[in-house]
Amino acid sequence: MTSKYNEMWQKLDLDISAHAGLLSVLGRFYNDIYLSQQNRLQGMEYLDFVLSEVHGLRIRELQEARSAGRRIIGTFCVFVPEELILAADAVCVGLCAGAEAGFEEAERYLPRNTCALIKSFFGFRLAGLCPFTNSCDLVIGETTCDGKKKAYELFNEFTPTYVMEVPQSKRESARKLFKSEIKRLVAALEELTGNRISAAKLAGAIRLVNRRRKALQRLNRLREAVPSPISGRDALLINQVAFYDDPSRFTASMETLGDELEKRVAEGTGIVSPGTKRLLLSGCPMAVPNWKLPFVVEGAGAVIVGEESCIGERHTRDPVSEEGDTLEEMIDHLTDRYLRIDCACFTPNHERLDHITELARRLKADGVIHYNLQFCQPYAIEASKVERKLAAADIPMLRIETDYSMQDIGPLKTRVEAFVETLNF
Amino acid sequence: MITAGVDIGSRSIELVLVENDKILEQQRLETSFDYLSQVTDMLAEVNGFERLLVTGYGRHLISGELGCDHVTEIKAHSRGVHFLLPETRTILDIGGQDTKTIALDGNGRVLRFEMNDRCAAGTGRFLEVMSQALGCRVIDLGGLALSGADSLTISSMCTVFAETEVVALRAKGTNAADVALALVNSVVQRAVTMLRRIGLKGDVGFCGGVARNRAVVQGLAGAVGLKVHVPENPDFTGALGAALLAGEN
Repeated sequence: MTSKYNEMWQKLDLDISAHAGLLSVLGRFYNDIYLSQQNRLQGMEYLDFVLSEVHGLRIRELQEARSAGRRIIGTFCVFVPEELILAADAVCVGLCAGAEAGFEEAERYLPRNTCALIKSFFGFRLAGLCPFTNSCDLVIGETTCDGKKKAYELFNEFTPTYVMEVPQSKRESARKLFKSEIKRLVAALEELTGNRISAAKLAGAIRLVNRRRKALQRLNRLREAVPSPISGRDALLINQVAFYDDPSRFTASMETLGDELEKRVAEGTGIVSPGTKRLLLSGCPMAVPNWKLPFVVEGAGAVIVGEESCIGERHTRDPVSEEGDTLEEMIDHLTDRYLRIDCACFTPNHERLDHITELARRLKADGVIHYNLQFCQPYAIEASKVERKLAAADIPMLRIETDYSMQDIGPLKTRVEAFVETLNF
Repeated sequence: MITAGVDIGSRSIELVLVENDKILEQQRLETSFDYLSQVTDMLAEVNGFERLLVTGYGRHLISGELGCDHVTEIKAHSRGVHFLLPETRTILDIGGQDTKTIALDGNGRVLRFEMNDRCAAGTGRFLEVMSQALGCRVIDLGGLALSGADSLTISSMCTVFAETEVVALRAKGTNAADVALALVNSVVQRAVTMLRRIGLKGDVGFCGGVARNRAVVQGLAGAVGLKVHVPENPDFTGALGAALLAGEN
């Protein structure tokens, strides 16, 4: 990326030289992991462009929106209803936190044994590396784990942070709590933006986000084809970009990409040969630019056919019901939809086990790789149940625990390659 | 057909030549920084092999440079141990920097495996560092431990902290043999946890350099209540497996 954005970045209080270093590392990564792929889809050019302008053009758009009076709101979790943000005529950006950046600064506030995702969002903010965070008028956090819950209290000292309470069960009392939290967010957003969230506005936002979910679900469905028409790396990238790109433009591009995939599937041409082992990734989210495990997996000669993750299925699976005309009905639909998310923060969380099994079967996966970020207890502990459930369904599973550093690439490769070898017998 | 297998581990490199299921030759070197030259030199000295397969930590580099195929240590050790001890369903491999446990089916097929995470706790390197702290050679550590009394526990599995503990015990005048036994017990304990995770079945085949430590072998047998078989040359099973697989591809 050239320095034509330096002035904008300076205004956003970025550390210009550290940021330039980050971009150059990212560029190299992207080149090695993405641009080196053979036989790639034409529609991925849009993603390449978006990625190349991730801290440039998209940030400029955010500044323009801001100048036009719109508020910029950052989120870290699929529990925050984007529909409400859009209905308040604000811009929603899913903040990334997928790189080992600014960890030294972050560790001044956070214990060393904090998960990489939390350290990363702190690090990006404190080291002045993220123009998205620095463009935000408000960040909406949530209580999906103790680490995030307490970290947001500290984060609020640097960027105004609002915390939404997510319940830990799906009982009726929990539903009531979550519905009241949605209403509290409506009021907070109306106050921040000065715009009223009307039934008409919310209905429009629901339709917009549903359309994006539908386009992404179509892509996911097309990955049921053997051979898979798209690499797991590209599919992950699509799921990652979904969080911060303009929703209308992104959806239109993904609809076009869907047509291209459909054609490929009809012709029987895939990104890999038909005998390639197919793997489903399951577990913690992989935020941009965390491409480490997919790179290792596909480097081991397998292809990833699905992501049972918040940056994947959990983000796109369930649409919000479009029935009903009143705000109250829509809020009920939002409550129901968001409480269908099967995050490991819930107890019990049987739905997730069923979903993984169903997904693995539907995608004709030869195996599942369960991925958890080191120190993420909910997913690490739930992995035992996932393993047993899959074993009962005769689906092999490999457990991987890692973080954002590159130090364990060697042992990771050995594990993943050995897993693929066992599937190849 | 003569085939060659090379296992490039973090601490040592092994080469095995095989013809018609017979081992023709085996060599071993300590891994240096420039292991590519080491492997190239080793291979230049042996003649007549038609196929080469590499395994171990350095497999990707060597495979790329020499244009040969590679397999993981998991598959290579499984093949090697299955060849030497065909009845084995459970393998423990403790090498220089990792510990692996592998469950096999009757045909030597890998069913499940576990690998330690990034730290070298409980591996050969751990015992090397500890023997230095005790002032003995690593090959003598097993014998020393067997003469010790089971009176101590080393609570740290981290190599760095365990060394501190050993130094503190030495300063207190504790018997070196007792400390050696405590160290062996901690290695055994860790291995047993990993073995239980893959599900223990039948006797255990124990390979990797640490299988040369008699105290670990004995401690392991006692802890799991099963027979533990160690092949004659336990650090060569990876290279042997690779050589055998080279002929089967």
